[in-house]
Amino acid sequence: MRPDPTMSKTVPNALPRSPGGRLKGAIGDRLRLAAYIARGSTTTMLAMAMAAVFVLAAILGPAIVPYDPLASNPQAALQPPSFDFWFGTDNLGRDVFSRVVVATRLDLGIAFGAVALSFVAGSLIGSLSGYFGGWVDAVFGRLIDVIMAFPLFVLAMGIVAAAGNTVENIVYATAIINLPFYARIVRSEIAVRRESGFVQAARLSGNGDLRIMAVHLFPNVLPPLMVQISLNLGWAMLNAAGLSFIGLGVRPPTPEWGIMVAEGSNFIISGEWWLALFPGATLMLAVFTFNLLGDGLRDLVDPRQRT
Amino acid sequence: MNDIPLLQIDDLAVTFETRGGTVEAVRDVSFRLQKGEALGIVGESGSGKSVTSYAAMKILDRNGTVASGSITFGGMDLGTASEAAMSDLRGREMSMIFQDPRSALNPIRTVGRQIEDVLLRHSQATRHDVRAKAVEMLRKVRIARPEERYHAYPFELSGGMCQRVVIAIALACDPQLLIADEPTTGLDVTTQKAVMDLADELRRQSNLSMLLITHDLGLAATYCDRIVVMEKGRIVETAPARSLFDDPQHPYTRRLIAAMPRRTAGLRDLLPTGDAERGTAPAAWPATAARPLLEISGLTKTFAKKRGLPGRLLGKAEPPAPAVDDISFTLDRGESLGLVGESGCGKSTTSSMIMRLLDPTAGEIVFDGERIDQIPRASFARSPLRARMQMVFQDHTASLNPRFTARRSIADPILRLGRRGDGRSVDDRVAELADRVSLPQALLDRFPHQLSGGQKARVGIARAIALSPDLLILDEPTAALDVSVQAVVLNLLADLRAEMGLSYLFISHDLEVVRLLCDRVIVMRGGVIVEEGATTEVLTDPKDAYTRELIDAIPTIEPRDPRPGAAPAAAAAALAAR
Repeated sequence: MRPDPTMSKTVPNALPRSPGGRLKGAIGDRLRLAAYIARGSTTTMLAMAMAAVFVLAAILGPAIVPYDPLASNPQAALQPPSFDFWFGTDNLGRDVFSRVVVATRLDLGIAFGAVALSFVAGSLIGSLSGYFGGWVDAVFGRLIDVIMAFPLFVLAMGIVAAAGNTVENIVYATAIINLPFYARIVRSEIAVRRESGFVQAARLSGNGDLRIMAVHLFPNVLPPLMVQISLNLGWAMLNAAGLSFIGLGVRPPTPEWGIMVAEGSNFIISGEWWLALFPGATLMLAVFTFNLLGDGLRDLVDPRQRT
Repeated sequence: MNDIPLLQIDDLAVTFETRGGTVEAVRDVSFRLQKGEALGIVGESGSGKSVTSYAAMKILDRNGTVASGSITFGGMDLGTASEAAMSDLRGREMSMIFQDPRSALNPIRTVGRQIEDVLLRHSQATRHDVRAKAVEMLRKVRIARPEERYHAYPFELSGGMCQRVVIAIALACDPQLLIADEPTTGLDVTTQKAVMDLADELRRQSNLSMLLITHDLGLAATYCDRIVVMEKGRIVETAPARSLFDDPQHPYTRRLIAAMPRRTAGLRDLLPTGDAERGTAPAAWPATAARPLLEISGLTKTFAKKRGLPGRLLGKAEPPAPAVDDISFTLDRGESLGLVGESGCGKSTTSSMIMRLLDPTAGEIVFDGERIDQIPRASFARSPLRARMQMVFQDHTASLNPRFTARRSIADPILRLGRRGDGRSVDDRVAELADRVSLPQALLDRFPHQLSGGQKARVGIARAIALSPDLLILDEPTAALDVSVQAVVLNLLADLRAEMGLSYLFISHDLEVVRLLCDRVIVMRGGVIVEEGATTEVLTDPKDAYTRELIDAIPTIEPRDPRPGAAPAAAAAALAAR
């Protein structure tokens, strides 16, 4: 009954993924790598900095803004930008700057949620089609062709209109229209590598099909996927804002960039340009940031960058 | 012969700007090439031999520059030549044959048009006679039915034919200098002989100068007058071909020649003289008289042609030719069996079937008394037999997962198939395996792209022997390696076999390598076995005409002996066949 000192060392997973202790090191490594990649390219550094600002605004938003984004103040309605109200105020006297900052959480949340969903579902579908081919590929391929056959924004409108006007449904609709891109990239990248040497070697090492797909093949697809993710984050944001702009999805008075542009557009002809300009410009900046981030994200998941 | 050299390179230095700073690829390189002379530049990968020739053509990558030195071609200083002047020269006065003929040809243009392109570019033909001239070039490089092949796309031609087309393009404008950069690497040995003989003949006909860049000393010895040996960007020796091999001056040249598998050398002779193991003979193989480890009988594989539904309904099914046709052989425990043949002969299909990566169409595979051809390939991964047969792949880079460190690659089979609870951690076992294949443990945490070719080969071998298998299939394990690395890896394989009692099925196109490592050899052609026997017997006295052709095609640095006895035997065989 006495414990054998050598037995504790036989845990076979001691190698690739190590328990607790090394995890912190892994995150630290990743951060160091991010810093290394950022140093290599001004664009990437800029994109990373701007993305950090957006993410911070999403996390801290309500805590750091000067005014309550929902509190109306009739005395201060339609004030142009000033030292007190950086982005001016709207027709109900709400501070546009506070509303723009608070809206970040919702817009980024929808975009991240939708992209995460379509990434997971699309990768799964793409991996299965690419790896097994044959009828699996045919079935999923036609399914995706059906989605692609619709104008994507109209499809999203239809889904939200049919399923109900909620934030979750915007996420689902955005996820569905983005899914084909992931499925197609993953399918082709997996199909190219399906018969490669290291997959044969993995088979000889006793890996089953699912394990080969998940552990050996899929991680190799990550670099091109990262570029797609970053582009898609921008699209998803535009899509969510677009749906809100036409009155689907998020409803007033919730602060959201699309609604704010829609509401502000009524005031442009009467000269109150700041209502639409600032949320619109923020949206543009956010889309721009995430599009720029692509190359940096790809390098982050590519082991060839680790030296 | 006049005294002005056609190409003269003096003190050439080429540098590359990389992320890690300026790298000097070539330094102090000087040589001259006379008109009508064939000069070989020989060296291992990274020796700067290709860079030198690219500099001569002024086609260095954008980050490469000629830092100093001069290149003179026919009295003209290329250093100051403009890009326009260079593109007039290229193709008309100096042309180049590249390593991979398929990627050197435009895949969506017929080969005839590609020959016409260069003729028209240099005004060597008018629109009226260009077609006739292109066909004439195809005929000149001995492409059968040239009028028909004029319309062929590169994918419709074999590798050897593609390389002939590339030669036709290179020689279309009757240049003075032909630079051939590893022109036959990746081609079969008989194709290599045919292509090189052709290039040599055309060269002699038109008094062309040739710069042959190769890693293969035998090839350089056969086709060159003088040879330049390069190491790490510098020339270490320049000498006429014959005297270079008879009396090499530089230690590097000596090492290179010693490492080359050849008829008169044993396995240990390939190692550098300083090597401790050089004196010792590889241990004797443990031979057993028990039942063979592997019995193959009537093994056949036919790849069904893909046909859509309309095709299936309308067309008549034509039986496709089998890739492997009814082959039978056995492999004893502890034996090393060579499987030799050229590309497309079915040797890789055979090994895939034995490894159960591919389902055979017919036939039996019996491994250690157990029939394994019936087990579907998908469920074989879980079979206990999986651990007992492993494989070392030809392309060591492709066979390692680019996202796995060396440690994880080696550990993978242990984690999946290893016997649990034998009292040692996976880490310890990986470390032991690394020692066994002489891979420094510090390299275990590197990714494949951070390892050299030889190191990747060691990782692949360590992974294959991780489970102490009984049978190891070696699929051209040294084909992609430099000759000195090949020597070390071959010795490692011989030692491992003796230490662990492994049986090898050694697949190769290189008979000299097979001779070093194998007891018995099987020669395959077109999916069937044409000859089988003890290695020494088959190599010294081949019975089959094809085997003889294979042996004769090997470029060698030794003067080809007339081999008394071979000719009468051939005549007798021919008589018997009648």
